[in-house]
Amino acid sequence: MTPLDKIRNFSIIAHIDHGKSTLADRLIQRTGGLSEREMSAQVLDNMDIEKERGITIKAQTVRLDWKGHVLNLMDTPGHVDFAYEVSRSLAACEGALLVVDAAQGVEAQTLANVYQSIEHDHEIVPVINKIDLPAAEPEKVRAEIEEVIGLDASEAVLASAKTGIGIDEILDAVVAKIPPPKGDATAPLKAMLVDSWYDPYLGVVILVRVVDGVLKKGQQIKFMNAGTTHLVDRVGCFRPKIEQLTELSPGEIGFITAQIKEVAQTMVGDTITDARKPAAEALPGFKEVQSVVFCGLFPVDANDFEKLRESISKLRLNDASFTFEMETSAALGFGFRCGFLGLLHLEIIQERLTREYDLDLITTAPSVVYRIVLTHGAGELELHNPADMPDPSRIESIYEPWIEATIYVPDEYLGSILKLCQDRRGIQKNLTYVGGRAQVTYELPLNEVVFDFYDRLKSITRGYASFDYHQTGYREGDLVKMSILVNNEPVDALSMIVHRSAAEARGRHMCERLKDLIPRHLFKIPIQAAIGGKVIARETIAALRKDVTAKCYGGDITRKRKLLEKQKEGKKRMREYGSVQIPQEAFIAALRMGDEG
Amino acid sequence: MDAIITEPLALYIHWPFCVSKCPYCDFNSHVREGVDQAAWRAALLADLAHEAALLPGRTLGSIFFGGGTPSLMPPATVAALIEAAGRHWRFAGDIEITLEANPSSVEAARFADLAAAGVNRVSLGLQSLNDEALHFLGRAHGVEEGLAALATAQRHFGRVSFDLIYALPGQSGEAWEAELERAIGFGTGHLSLYQLTIEPGTRFATLAREGKLTPADPDFAADLFELTRERAAAAGLPAYEISNHARPGEESRHNLTYWRYGDYAGIGPGAHGRRGSRATLRHRKPENWLGAVQGSGHGIAGEDPLDAVTQAREAILMGLRLNEGLDLARVRAAGAGEAIDADAAARLERLGLIRREPARIVVREAGMLLLDRIAAELVGV
Repeated sequence: MTPLDKIRNFSIIAHIDHGKSTLADRLIQRTGGLSEREMSAQVLDNMDIEKERGITIKAQTVRLDWKGHVLNLMDTPGHVDFAYEVSRSLAACEGALLVVDAAQGVEAQTLANVYQSIEHDHEIVPVINKIDLPAAEPEKVRAEIEEVIGLDASEAVLASAKTGIGIDEILDAVVAKIPPPKGDATAPLKAMLVDSWYDPYLGVVILVRVVDGVLKKGQQIKFMNAGTTHLVDRVGCFRPKIEQLTELSPGEIGFITAQIKEVAQTMVGDTITDARKPAAEALPGFKEVQSVVFCGLFPVDANDFEKLRESISKLRLNDASFTFEMETSAALGFGFRCGFLGLLHLEIIQERLTREYDLDLITTAPSVVYRIVLTHGAGELELHNPADMPDPSRIESIYEPWIEATIYVPDEYLGSILKLCQDRRGIQKNLTYVGGRAQVTYELPLNEVVFDFYDRLKSITRGYASFDYHQTGYREGDLVKMSILVNNEPVDALSMIVHRSAAEARGRHMCERLKDLIPRHLFKIPIQAAIGGKVIARETIAALRKDVTAKCYGGDITRKRKLLEKQKEGKKRMREYGSVQIPQEAFIAALRMGDEG
Repeated sequence: MDAIITEPLALYIHWPFCVSKCPYCDFNSHVREGVDQAAWRAALLADLAHEAALLPGRTLGSIFFGGGTPSLMPPATVAALIEAAGRHWRFAGDIEITLEANPSSVEAARFADLAAAGVNRVSLGLQSLNDEALHFLGRAHGVEEGLAALATAQRHFGRVSFDLIYALPGQSGEAWEAELERAIGFGTGHLSLYQLTIEPGTRFATLAREGKLTPADPDFAADLFELTRERAAAAGLPAYEISNHARPGEESRHNLTYWRYGDYAGIGPGAHGRRGSRATLRHRKPENWLGAVQGSGHGIAGEDPLDAVTQAREAILMGLRLNEGLDLARVRAAGAGEAIDADAAARLERLGLIRREPARIVVREAGMLLLDRIAAELVGV
């Protein structure tokens, strides 16, 4: 049993690219967790996508030995979509290293994480990283940390994870400044389920932080919120290689396995207790994960539906935070309606399906969850799919989710940011200037953000803006379902719920895009955007006039026939709707509002 | 099948050599320093004999010398091939023997000998009545020389046709209209009027890819096509196929065999043939073909048995090109009556693009320019 005063649990807060992973690797290396030879770049980020995007999706932890102390480094998920997971990881720690790039300074996302860390009563140790860069301005950054965040940065450690400067000082500061955990080994077991993932050899691996009592191999445990019991068959920690232990005592972070087959059986934030001697009450802060953004995923080739089902089911084994149920679209055939924690989460799942499972997918417009109050006291319903929108006569009112967004941006781009937020029905809450940068807070309807808000933000600020948000609740909105009709037939996969004030512009834009994306046919094709029976925008694709082989004699027959047979392949990538062939690219591209505004 | 066997057979003979390669041409043509004429003559005769042995007892309705530039063939070779064909098969009384010719003065000088050899129809590659356009098309002759060759041809052969290429980059409607009127004025019984198409692998395809050549706008080309059909019909030369116009009775019988999906023997480099339910293909490269004939007595590179659906598809693809329409008996003869998608046919008829008759499917005037699309829909791909 490790004495409490010899344990330190901490996380690293850093903006993407500010060197979190490199620093983590350096700490592991310095404390002897891995030899030089074993270090592959960024050990803690396991997945390809994590490596490419520089974000962590699953919490990872590593146990370090430093001058007689046990340090547990918790690598937290690095994106707002995983805010709840982040909060559980933070709850497992007593402090954090705040890593700020000596050349870039403080970013919005960093701020949000620092505030979250402060809310958890963490002791924060500032580290100014990349001081070896020619553009490094450590004193300016030191002042920024004090001014923007309000932390005392006079003792900030100056470091370069890349070259190894300041690593020992960081480890010493962790021991000296971050308080040891509290806990009672004699009390009934209380451990927090921080995260879990599926391992093909071990089954579901559960990351835990013991608060009270002792977690042992062979123990019968109970998940207090899920209500299930399991037998612990392994206890251990990561260094980062797996080390098996016999028990985990208060204050310790480690893992257990308990012959659990699906990640869905474990809920992040749940309290693990002894089934025979349960704790009186669960740890605070548990929330059931809820999907925020929904979209339909359909195979491009209808024959791939079963493959898609299997792939989604397999992914779900390892990520219980997305949901799926079968969906049928008149336009797209069989697919799945999937729910995600946010847009990035959506993208990650979509990308994994494409990349790891080799699937060609059509993704429908992302939609948020609307609450609809029905007339005549018929109750309320949650709407995940615009196609399920009840007839307007049955709707009393519609509520939509709102967020509070914090955007941090160089001054010169502020004007375009304000315009973007204004165009998206934003309500400005706050605007402050720090150095050459502005921090602006807006309330925004989430449905305005799920459309290409990130893309627009990135393009108008050339990538210099950072963005962070949290949901603030539901508000009533003047929302309508906009249908898109191709050749007078509504295409369900293209319908969307929009604010009445934005409907016309968006409808016009959609019609224009589709006009470019749908090839000419043997007949002219009207494309309309409509609210109910009222057409609000219209375009027409003229009939094709010429598609003929001018010269065709004997020899050409074989070639002509083969060309004809090849067309069959091309048609697989088209969906027929109201006798119009719509290429799958049209579904994707039409929903990208890229050149708007 | 019996009905088809009693139909006259068509014979295609390919001469692969050209003086130079035109930038729009994707036919099997090659430029060579010298040709061993004796060896080529012997080889063509051998290839012909091989094919004839496999198609015994047929009546020959037409012979077509194509290329390449068959007007560069020694007239004696042409004569020997016609004579040999007459020994292998029985000539129909009205046999049509066509030769493709370049309208140069050198070639025009051979017209008398070619006529004496038995050629009774020439198809002249005039291509344009505008010197600038001829230059753009990479043609060696000028307008004046070409028209002189046309006049010579009209003196020597009973039937003369010539080709024009239109919808050239930058060509105005007025310019084409004037050119067409002038062409009609020469009084030939047949005209082949092609829109310029950019074929893969040609010099024009490269230029188009590099942005140095902009093909005519398809909608404008469609306007030109309609104008062409109207004017030619008014002058007594209605279209009987997409790009071919003739005074009634002056249609190319040889090409009608292709479009009606009859049997045709194809000899010489790269020649295709349809022998019963088999597709035949000769070696494309002249040297390979020659070597093959010298080694094994024929130039066949491959023979593909065509299944019923494939034959039906080919019959549809070809038959729809004709104004007379697709003879449904042809599709049924292939044994794949279901090859036509009835729903698609009904849809196309509603759109006014085709007309369904009891024995035929006829593409209407409005549908002619959309033939590739219509064919694809009808065969249900």
